[in-house]
Amino acid sequence: MILPFFVIIPLGAAFLISLLGKKLKNFADLLANLATFSLLVFSLYSISQVFAHKILVYKVGSWIPPIGICMVLDGLTSFMLVTVNLVSFLVTIYSVSYMEKYTDKYRFYTLFMLMLAGMNGIIVTGDLFNLFVFLEIASIASYALVAFGTEAEELEASFKYAIMGSVASTFILLGIAMLYSYTSTLNMADISSILSGKPVNTIVGFVTVLFLAGFGLKAALVPFHGWLPDAHPAAPAPISAMLSGVFIKTLGVYALCRVFFNILTVSDRLVFVLIVLGLVSMVVGAFLAIAQNDIKRMFAYSSISQIGYIIFALGVGTPLAILGGLFHLFNHAVFKSLLFLNSGAIEYSVHTRNLEKLGGLNSRLPITGYTSLIGSMSISGIPPLGGFFSKLIIIIAAIQAGYFISATVAILVSIVTLAYYLKFLNFTFFGKLDELRLKIREVPWAMRLSMIVLAIICVASGLLIAPLFKPFLESAVNVLLLANGYKEAVFGALK
Amino acid sequence: MSEYILCFALFCIGLYCVLRKRNIIKIIIGLGIIEYAVNLFFVLIGYRTHSRAPILAKGQSILNMVDPLPQALVLTSIVIGLAVTALIVAIAIRIYEKYGTFDITKIRRLKG
Repeated sequence: MILPFFVIIPLGAAFLISLLGKKLKNFADLLANLATFSLLVFSLYSISQVFAHKILVYKVGSWIPPIGICMVLDGLTSFMLVTVNLVSFLVTIYSVSYMEKYTDKYRFYTLFMLMLAGMNGIIVTGDLFNLFVFLEIASIASYALVAFGTEAEELEASFKYAIMGSVASTFILLGIAMLYSYTSTLNMADISSILSGKPVNTIVGFVTVLFLAGFGLKAALVPFHGWLPDAHPAAPAPISAMLSGVFIKTLGVYALCRVFFNILTVSDRLVFVLIVLGLVSMVVGAFLAIAQNDIKRMFAYSSISQIGYIIFALGVGTPLAILGGLFHLFNHAVFKSLLFLNSGAIEYSVHTRNLEKLGGLNSRLPITGYTSLIGSMSISGIPPLGGFFSKLIIIIAAIQAGYFISATVAILVSIVTLAYYLKFLNFTFFGKLDELRLKIREVPWAMRLSMIVLAIICVASGLLIAPLFKPFLESAVNVLLLANGYKEAVFGALK
Repeated sequence: MSEYILCFALFCIGLYCVLRKRNIIKIIIGLGIIEYAVNLFFVLIGYRTHSRAPILAKGQSILNMVDPLPQALVLTSIVIGLAVTALIVAIAIRIYEKYGTFDITKIRRLKG
């Protein structure tokens, strides 16, 4: 049974690194990379397990689930595990060189592994309170990682993020408490089956609002987005890549759709709220991104805008739209982490992130230049790249479902996205090179390697909707379409 | 019923404190009040009037007992709250070293 290893490996690695990392040189690098690589292998293996068994349930301590905690492996779980562990593996390779400039590198890896344990835990767990605990583990590690540089700006960003994140967590806990008082159980499948037996009650509506506020803040949807543009740029580049690439999707989008689609039922009003939140995030994020002069800040606002696409697609809710939303989630994880790694490479070489002070870097940093070209083109939806297909699917699905105005807005936002990524490329890689920078060299091989691999995935990710790979996405979509059938699937697997 | 209303009032006091206060230490205290309000609410859910702790002993049968699960969950949640508070206080101390003030309106280098 592979499921508990997704939590055990990063937790064990975090423990060993904090214990031995200071004494043994390079031990932290080696163990962290080994751990994330084995996690990637396990998560790829989980795909074949899902195809063989449909759904697997692991009973923690062999307690039978409504009493004990269970872990569930289904299509959506395996899809998210692949996304998270793929990005985290490439990011740890990148950190080997990038984190050299910080002292206490092993502490960085310890926190990184804890964050990864939290994220994997959220994905695999089948118990609502367990989800809260893993969510807090991931959040606390990320507050500390944002403040890792301990400069004035980083501390300020981390403080803001920690306060808002903690308030969001208490909202989620309050929601869980109310749901427990109403259903007397914490197991997700059991809650779902008890709720379906009871008449519709206002308490479920109140819990929905609490979860929407809590997970919405973790996902940085627009009324709750205030922390993201500070926190993501302040963190070291590998952590920015993790936070923007997979963190907000795991804690926000994944938890949101697991709770709303599989446990509580999706009502018409909730669909309306999701669509409005998605559209507002899309537009506000894109327009705020244009005005930025800090590269990472621009990318952070762009993340808000792209999360808007995913939430909008989930709100539309037809099978095609959910496929597009999850596909865009994967694509965004890949290209946004690539772009944040690029911004880290730029900062590594020229020690500034201000667009006005950059220019002509393409001649000196060719690999960074071309990989960020691929990343930018993919996120703005230029045809052969992955981002084009996911946006196209979302827009087609919106038109099919009759949301004409929303689909038009999505297209227009896509054009704005292209505009600000062209601004980024133009100011950074084209134009005249500062004479003081004639001698800068391309970044070390570890950083180059992970950027190149991510760029290749960016180009190839369009293949995910090709008939050969489509079942991988479809098995994830089916879990969300199953809605209330989730409980039968889990209880069926227990027999 | 009144205890639930008081619990909600406590939650609102904490929220007001986080949103309106300018001193970052007071904001942290407000966060603590929110956490305690939620914990209190969680414990109250498991409470039954005229009942006792669910500890089984030989020759005893317990008729009324409180729900022990919320208590276990609240213990976990208190520990988590402690970790968050410790981290935020540590950050607040470092902020004071860098900015020389606890006033949130003067700690504004990030904007846009």
